[in-house]
Amino acid sequence: MPEWLIDILITLTKIVIVEGVILTAVAYSVYAERRVSAFTQNRIGPNRVGPAGLLQPLVDVVKLLMKEDIVPAKANRLVHALAPGISILVALSTFAVIPFGDKILLAGREIKLQIADVNIGILYILALVSLGVYGVTLSGWSSNSKYSLLGGLRSSAQMISYELSMGLAVLGVILINGSFELDTIVQNQFGWKWNIILQPIGFLTFLVSAFAETNRTPFDLPEAEQELVGGYHTEYSSMKFAMFFLAEYANVIVASSVITTLYLGGWQFPYLQTFGLPDMLVSILQVLAFCGKVFLMVLFFIWVRWTIPRFRYDQLMNLGWKAMLPLALANLVLTAIILTLFKT
Amino acid sequence: MLTQFGQVLIFMIIAAGFVAVAFIAARLIGPKLPSKGKNSTYECGEDTEGDTWLKFNVRYYVIALIFIIFDVEIVFLFPWAVVFKEMGLIAFIEMAIFLIILILGFVYAYAKGDLHWDKPRPVIPALDRQIFKSEI
Amino acid sequence: MQFTLEFVLFVIFGLGAIATAVLMITRKNPIMSAIFLVVNFFTVAVIYLLLKAQFIAIIQVLVYMGAIMVLFLFVIMLLNLQDEKKLSEQFTYKKITAVLLSILLAMLLGTTFWFGFSGKYLRLADTAEKLGTAESLGKLLFTVYSFPVIAAGMLLLAGIVGAVVLAKKKFD
Repeated sequence: MPEWLIDILITLTKIVIVEGVILTAVAYSVYAERRVSAFTQNRIGPNRVGPAGLLQPLVDVVKLLMKEDIVPAKANRLVHALAPGISILVALSTFAVIPFGDKILLAGREIKLQIADVNIGILYILALVSLGVYGVTLSGWSSNSKYSLLGGLRSSAQMISYELSMGLAVLGVILINGSFELDTIVQNQFGWKWNIILQPIGFLTFLVSAFAETNRTPFDLPEAEQELVGGYHTEYSSMKFAMFFLAEYANVIVASSVITTLYLGGWQFPYLQTFGLPDMLVSILQVLAFCGKVFLMVLFFIWVRWTIPRFRYDQLMNLGWKAMLPLALANLVLTAIILTLFKT
Repeated sequence: MLTQFGQVLIFMIIAAGFVAVAFIAARLIGPKLPSKGKNSTYECGEDTEGDTWLKFNVRYYVIALIFIIFDVEIVFLFPWAVVFKEMGLIAFIEMAIFLIILILGFVYAYAKGDLHWDKPRPVIPALDRQIFKSEI
Repeated sequence: MQFTLEFVLFVIFGLGAIATAVLMITRKNPIMSAIFLVVNFFTVAVIYLLLKAQFIAIIQVLVYMGAIMVLFLFVIMLLNLQDEKKLSEQFTYKKITAVLLSILLAMLLGTTFWFGFSGKYLRLADTAEKLGTAESLGKLLFTVYSFPVIAAGMLLLAGIVGAVVLAKKKFD
């Protein structure tokens, strides 16, 4: 077999495995949300399908497939179908640059545990985050319903407001590392030098912005059930609704992975190399460390949703522009000053 | 040999393939029984009232405008942040001037109240009939 | 000219850029126009990538697709532009503008073809590999082009002041 063919096969295998794992994880984070919410509210939650309800996501998918796809007569059919596709595609594409492990040696071949190590990894993520607005805005517009439109409008204003503080928070990390490459950033976080310790304010602003960007409680104004019925996906049903639903949880997992990569050391397991374990085991443990951190972050997202009530819209916007933005800016200036002082 | 961005493109194509398969499967499997009531726009069971496109608060527009300007300023900060460690003091001083200009703009918009979002003042409709009161 | 994968991709996305640009102008519905403009920006971003200008490509997505087009959508929704009729009634000088812009476009195309085939700018292609990264851009921005950066900062400040003043007019 020629060399380039092997390369392409390896890439394809990696891509298929990663996308499969993510889609499964997305389905199970829905299950996790239902179980955790049930636990919080002293209910039982889904427990009938399979052991402890573990087959529930599968049954849900089949149910949504069998439902009728209702498109309102007044809607713009093309855009109406396009919007959920954009949402899920944007959410999934982010994983193409996230490193989920170091390198692994298989059959004498060094395989990087990352789909693509692009040299502008962070900017790629920020660009995709900024594209996430379209799925919501277009669904709000195309449904031709007042609730949808209000939800779409709220969401786009909210997402662009928090995008700024997100970008400024990330700049602090770039300053420390001098690189956009996610792999380099993770490599630099060896031992105790996680960015959460070096950049506590940046971490806080990034975390809050991530909650706002994923439209999760306490910032779930775009789909506030009590006032907007379903928000931007009021007029959606069947698979199109499922795509929005999956996109929400895919976004939660994306946000968790990005936070893990940028601030929580990515796949780094502190002082793992000092134990003298075989290379293969170290690689696998690092992948597990990454998965564990992402899992804990997802649990945190769910925990917050069932603990904190929703913000009012003016509180949300004022928090974004008057608290988060100055805070992120201050963090950037502080980081630059400290770096300059310590170098000379 | 594939470049890194080529791999990203393949990733996106496969993801798009998954979405397309899901949509087509739903179209093939799901029932299609449209009716007038079912296809009407949702408005709590009532017939829709008036035009969907209401007049929006102009604040949304202002926020978007200010967002674009700050976004462009942040774009200038990216190449600066990446070479900051190599360039040293020159880069620091130049960006300090740039940042001061940025912060000046921010303070101006803040002071003029354009970043402020008003607290909602809900108008609670008064009932002209006093049936509820008299029954209690 | 070789038929490499790069060339094939360039042809696909180049044709895509032209097609979406034409579709954008011919749509009656402003939102559909905006959507095609977004797709057009995306194809242009991919062409930047093929030219090894990764930073510019990502900025194209971040600023044009992620920021400016959002403002466009906001304005279309805000002004309730349902069809083109309402919009076109406001422009009486439409035809003159169209002629002027056509001349400009023809001139642009002419220079591109003239210099493109004369090989004047082909020299730059060798160094393009390093030019497109954010690092080289950053170094240039803070040595050769330090004054234009500050000037751009001032321009953006003027933009903020302008936005605030315009908004005030409408509020009162």
